[in-house]
Amino acid sequence: MSEKILYSYSALFDTPDKIIHAAKTVAEKGFKKFDVNTPYPVHGMDKAMKLTKSKIGWVTLVFGLTGTLTAVTMMGWMMAVDYPIVIGGKPYFGLPGFGPIMFELSVLFGAVITVVALLMFFLKLPNNSHPVHDTEYMKNVSSDKYGILIEATDPKFNKNEVEALFQELGAEKILPIYFDEEEISFKPKIFDKKFIGFLVIVAAITSLSVYGTMNKVLYMIPFSWMSEQGKSIPQETSKVFKNGSDMLPPVKGTVARGYLPYRFKGQPDKAAELLVNPLLPTEENLALGKTKFNIYCSPCHGYLADGKSRLNGNFPAPPTLHSNKVRNWTDGRIYHVIMEGQNVMPSYAHQLSEKERWAVINYIRVLQRSFNAKESDLL
Amino acid sequence: MSSTLNKVDYVKKDLPPLLKKLAYGLTAVGLVLVILAYLTDHTRSAYNNVILLMFLISIGLGSLFLVAIEYLGGAVWSTPFRRIAEFLAAILLIVPIVAIPIYFNMHELYHWLHHEAVESDPVLKGKAAYLNIKFFTIRVVAFFAVWILFYYLITNNSKKQDTTGDPELTKRNIRLSAIFIPIFAITLTFTAIDWMMSLEAHWFSTMFGVYYFAGIFLGGITSVTFLLVYLNEKGNLVKGLVPDHYYSFGVFMFGFVNFWAYIAFSQYMLIWYANLPEETIWFIHRWEGSWVAVSLAIIFIHFVIPFFVMVSQGSKMNAPKLKFMAIWILIAHYIDLYWIVMPTFSPKGAVFGWIEFGFLVLGLGLVLLVFVLKAKNNNLVPIGDPKLQRGIDFRL
Repeated sequence: MSEKILYSYSALFDTPDKIIHAAKTVAEKGFKKFDVNTPYPVHGMDKAMKLTKSKIGWVTLVFGLTGTLTAVTMMGWMMAVDYPIVIGGKPYFGLPGFGPIMFELSVLFGAVITVVALLMFFLKLPNNSHPVHDTEYMKNVSSDKYGILIEATDPKFNKNEVEALFQELGAEKILPIYFDEEEISFKPKIFDKKFIGFLVIVAAITSLSVYGTMNKVLYMIPFSWMSEQGKSIPQETSKVFKNGSDMLPPVKGTVARGYLPYRFKGQPDKAAELLVNPLLPTEENLALGKTKFNIYCSPCHGYLADGKSRLNGNFPAPPTLHSNKVRNWTDGRIYHVIMEGQNVMPSYAHQLSEKERWAVINYIRVLQRSFNAKESDLL
Repeated sequence: MSSTLNKVDYVKKDLPPLLKKLAYGLTAVGLVLVILAYLTDHTRSAYNNVILLMFLISIGLGSLFLVAIEYLGGAVWSTPFRRIAEFLAAILLIVPIVAIPIYFNMHELYHWLHHEAVESDPVLKGKAAYLNIKFFTIRVVAFFAVWILFYYLITNNSKKQDTTGDPELTKRNIRLSAIFIPIFAITLTFTAIDWMMSLEAHWFSTMFGVYYFAGIFLGGITSVTFLLVYLNEKGNLVKGLVPDHYYSFGVFMFGFVNFWAYIAFSQYMLIWYANLPEETIWFIHRWEGSWVAVSLAIIFIHFVIPFFVMVSQGSKMNAPKLKFMAIWILIAHYIDLYWIVMPTFSPKGAVFGWIEFGFLVLGLGLVLLVFVLKAKNNNLVPIGDPKLQRGIDFRL
């Protein structure tokens, strides 16, 4: 331990009136380095101590206005330049809407930077040691006494004179305050292994617990109307029926409405012989047939059924429907090809209803006739 | 017991002659102008009369509110000046008289009084349960009565204390104030709605009551501040009052200028954002013709200039600045009321002529006259109040 050095002489008083009087006298005697400590702010102390006005207000004003300006610039940049979106028909640079943010940022910048400035410049952080800490003087002035101290470094300081002055002012107690050189020059080791280790552990625990809480324990799906729908999905068990499915196969021997099973499966000759086209080649039916033919047949057979289609070259070339073979087929035989497919052609039973199939056949007949017109057709 | 009076250095003096001359002169000139105004254009005068009424309610009710919050908050620093607020609260006594001429011209002012208009208008029909002449009259009379009742109850106790010095009277006034403040909040809200918001019967704003409250507080605090600084300089108040005492009045003025701006902006921004036709129409009316200039000028007169003048600590204790800004903000409040009321009368653009001037003169005259008459036979300082000595000793 190094030798103790005198920091100041201090005196304790009983009442706020006495401390005001003491502060006034000390200030009038010409002392500069003195301070007053009271348990609560005593009215009139600034004047008694002859303190000049604090300049901290300027820090607040300047940084408050910086906050206002930051808000305008930030909002203006985001809303009008970088990513302009029309919101409720308002102008991109809608100043009234910026108002709350301007206000908030003014307050935030002003308040936070005022506190930081106080800590840095007025309280001289990170130096956190002061000779009056942990003294009897401090214990008293932070509970029920009013204290004044005159620093030993004051040019007018003289031990005996100061003591006499305090006595004269009616001090209840006079205490010298000492400090260690070591204590004042002590600097906390910021890069100490233990300290860094402690920080790392705290950071890890905090991050993990926050992550766990926010993403696991308290996680709420923000938007689930698309991912969770009240419908059955393939391969999923359902609660609708006991066997775990939500649809049952039809009862044996029944037929769905508007649906008749095809009687000539694998029997093209029988179909050719027994099936009869129920539709007349009316304008209406031909229009229907044309539409369906163009949709389902033309990609391969071509719009004119001559096999020259837009898919030609990508598939085995489909045959023309103007061959003698097809022209001599009955309607029922063509119907059978639509139902069952042929060679590469798949069945079109699902794409075309019964009526549409016959309509398509009627249209094919029209196309065939147009390629092999009779003389009587020429007028 | 402190039944003995405070030993304070107070000798009752006559008010400065200038104040008396101003009081009688302004009232006389104002009265002549107002009577002439009613003879030439009674519709326009009635609109101005609404402004005048709201202006006087601002000062009277604001002053009574100041008295009440002093009691309720146990404030000490304002005790030496409480009498000034009490005298100004006496304006509430003449407020019903000022309202009478409006009552005879109500048909021209309020659209919701037109039966045929209400019948063919679903919005007004829906509001008819509230906006009808019977209920309106009941409200107005009841509010006036309640204010005057509390004025008498509170100030009589305070006056009695001058001779008895009984601390029990302070306690009684604390209780009265606690009852008065919620009543004050409700009555001022409906007063603002009845007299001013219903001028445009379709329009509504839920912030309007608070907006008028900001005006009421400013009306009260500025009048009190001007008079107390002026009278203290003339030596009419108790000895020992220093600029430290002015500080909180300056703070209140500064604070409520900001509060007014905050509320005014909030009201504007919400309506601007929601963009509902039945709400925006009110601001559109104030954005037509020369009203734009008034609307923009109010931002500066009522907020920006007072803000920068009053922002420093020194200016809140500086007597000449305080007096000037008190009058400034009081006039700004009058302009604010003018801006609320008059666009209904002349939607095309702002009008300002000798009629408007006459009503303003009468308003200022009546405020001073009531104060002069009350100050004649009463102490300007509550010499029996137990808090007085501590109030005088107050330092920052």
